[in-house]
Amino acid sequence: MCLAIPALVVQILPDQMARISLDGVMITISIALVEDVAVDDYVIVHVGHALARIDPAEAERTLALLAEAGALGQTA
Amino acid sequence: MKYVDEYRDGALARGIAATIAAEVLPDRRYAFMEFCGGHTHAISRYGIEDLLPENLRMIHGPGCPVCVLPVGRIDDAIRLAANPAVTLCTYADLMRVPGSHGASLLKAKAAGADIRMIYSSLDAVRIAAAEPGREVVFFAIGFETTTPPTAIALRQAIAKGLTNFSIFCNHVLTPVAMRTILDTNDEPPIAIDGFVGPSHVSSIIGLAPYREFAEAYRKPVVIAGFEPLDVMQAILMLVRQVNEQRAEVENQYIRAVTAAGNVTAQNLCAEIFELRDSFEWRGLGNVAASALKLRDAFAAYDAEQRFAVRTIAAADNPACECPAILRGRKKPADCKLFGTICTPETPTGACMVSSEGACAAHYTYGRFRTHQMQVAS
Amino acid sequence: MNSEAPRKSFRRKLDIANGRIDMSHGSGGRAMADLIAGIFRAEFANDLLDQGNDQASFPTPTGGRMVMTTDGYVVSPLFFPGGDIGSLAVHGTINDVAMSGARPLYLSASFIIEEGFAFADLQRIARSMGDASREAGVPVITGDTKVVERGKADGVFIATAGIGVVPDGLVLSGDRAEPGDIVIVSGSMGDHGVAIMSSRENLEFETEILSDSAALHGLVAVMVAAAGPHLKLMRDPTRGGLAATLNELAHQSKIGFRIDEDAIPVKPQVAAACELLGLDPLFVANEGKLVAVVAPAGADALLAAMRAHRLGADAAIIGKAVADEQRFVQMTTSFGGGRIVDWLSGEQLPRIC
Repeated sequence: MCLAIPALVVQILPDQMARISLDGVMITISIALVEDVAVDDYVIVHVGHALARIDPAEAERTLALLAEAGALGQTA
Repeated sequence: MKYVDEYRDGALARGIAATIAAEVLPDRRYAFMEFCGGHTHAISRYGIEDLLPENLRMIHGPGCPVCVLPVGRIDDAIRLAANPAVTLCTYADLMRVPGSHGASLLKAKAAGADIRMIYSSLDAVRIAAAEPGREVVFFAIGFETTTPPTAIALRQAIAKGLTNFSIFCNHVLTPVAMRTILDTNDEPPIAIDGFVGPSHVSSIIGLAPYREFAEAYRKPVVIAGFEPLDVMQAILMLVRQVNEQRAEVENQYIRAVTAAGNVTAQNLCAEIFELRDSFEWRGLGNVAASALKLRDAFAAYDAEQRFAVRTIAAADNPACECPAILRGRKKPADCKLFGTICTPETPTGACMVSSEGACAAHYTYGRFRTHQMQVAS
Repeated sequence: MNSEAPRKSFRRKLDIANGRIDMSHGSGGRAMADLIAGIFRAEFANDLLDQGNDQASFPTPTGGRMVMTTDGYVVSPLFFPGGDIGSLAVHGTINDVAMSGARPLYLSASFIIEEGFAFADLQRIARSMGDASREAGVPVITGDTKVVERGKADGVFIATAGIGVVPDGLVLSGDRAEPGDIVIVSGSMGDHGVAIMSSRENLEFETEILSDSAALHGLVAVMVAAAGPHLKLMRDPTRGGLAATLNELAHQSKIGFRIDEDAIPVKPQVAAACELLGLDPLFVANEGKLVAVVAPAGADALLAAMRAHRLGADAAIIGKAVADEQRFVQMTTSFGGGRIVDWLSGEQLPRIC
């Protein structure tokens, strides 16, 4: 069961809940499973719960690796 | 959408496809299993197989909790819903799964059962709080990704002092299933050269549980993100491991998976759930220590105890090839029922009813490949 | 590439003795098509019905041709962002008439009202219908009113009929597409369905996504004028979305389609809402859009004319018709691979996995 989507935290609510936005579409989810969630974090949302925080530095690194892998094929 | 669109870039895909094509050894065949149903869906929905070289094939694994739920457990849920006092809350994916004698939750609802489709486990708690006269049963399924949300729901129900909320627990475990596939005594054994590991299961459990596959079974495992570029990069990393004769656990999904995983979620689940001795999986038979149940302390919230559920194992249609397909032994087109009697409208086996199932994915997105005809443009 | 011969398509017969209606029969997919063929077409049996379009076209005894259509509106909730059951009923019925190229003339509206329904809500709906029909220039000239007991009608259901006149020589029908023809959509896909889902209780979004409900006869008139004899057919992709429409047309015209995912307009918010719910915009209902199939010679003029009209500003060419014995709608994904766009299977239920 993996369908999960990265979304932006726009507001922290009481009782370990938060409002998240995906391109302006907003829903309220539970953030009880992730420590220290803050506004402007991106979290992975699955069935109404945040499961993990996205690490922006690692995301950048992945994109760089993807670009590198893509470029290799062109020169091979 | 940030962190989504960048990983769906078609131009990059073509580049990585070229790299994979350049790096596969021409006289070797590669077969990788993507365990997770979400990956099966992504591969079909984006047409990734069109971008892979001829000698590399993807085997669709059993990581679809809807697909592996046995008929007997669906029958249990239908029986629970038939109780006029019960409101059964379920994820929408389960509505059309066939039970015995062509029954399903969708048909039970049509016949009057109070079955509510919910998006989040917390919706079930909300319903229980809002309707104290109803016995609310949450039909909980899923691998390790979906188990923590069930735990949170239970914790909330307890905090609210609800006495009308219970869970019908069908949570299952990933590494055990992977081991079962590798241990299968099929003759000849299914050649799996490595695994594309699940994205969000791994966000929860971390990397350690996969080590046995690298160390004991000598099978490379690459944990892949959810988007198509992630899957392609993971395939490239697997090709490299195979070529270099390495067998390691690598993490492609570094932006959301850490080596330790989500310890908060792990601890919460350990508090609430324990292992069942054995659980029946469609396609894999009875598997020891592969599924979870609520601990005794939470017996009051365990629907199986509250409603004295006695699961009766039910046989699949003998012509249904789901068992072989779930183990990667056969392909959907190998099943006699595929596309004729068994379609997404009229599914016989669960591989067809869930859009993550190998058969549904092939039927819905890919069957034009097995129906190749000369097309005049 | 698989050398196995393609399987014959298997038509499962309706189990009349034991079968029951479930929600999948109303969702615009294959189950509904099978129901219509197995029960309604089978029993009504006439050539005009067998035209298989959303409207039937017939010669009048006094000369000329007319078109008639009927529709039922059962949307829930009754009031949603961008419209309500009343405006939807007016727009939808006008559109069914207009898809044949006919000029819509008059509507009828029949109300089945639940005991206990508030007068204020009924007036709100009627006012919305009045406004919509005046704006479109198509009056509601006759109607009917029935009341049923509490619990038997979910507020109110509206059944409509519409009639129109078809200009001489204009024959637009779902069976007219030919290999090589170009497929154009008039704008973004998925707006209406997502607007509805967003205001239902279970799935709550906090940002308004508006339904695209609109009367299309003005756009149609412009299109007919611009494309002339090159225009083969039009259809509005309502329940079941673009996917259902293309699959229906493929079967009616006995062809296949090849479309390009990148070319299909989808508003970013609609795409995001679909991601969250695990929906595919291709299967989500539209109420103010149309699909047109035009011969290549007329495509550019048609596209330009559509884009110049308010309701076709985002019109786009999305693909073409091809010969295909399997009647597949094949799509090149934005990722570069291929997939088919199949009929919707029953209700589009949000996935979690």
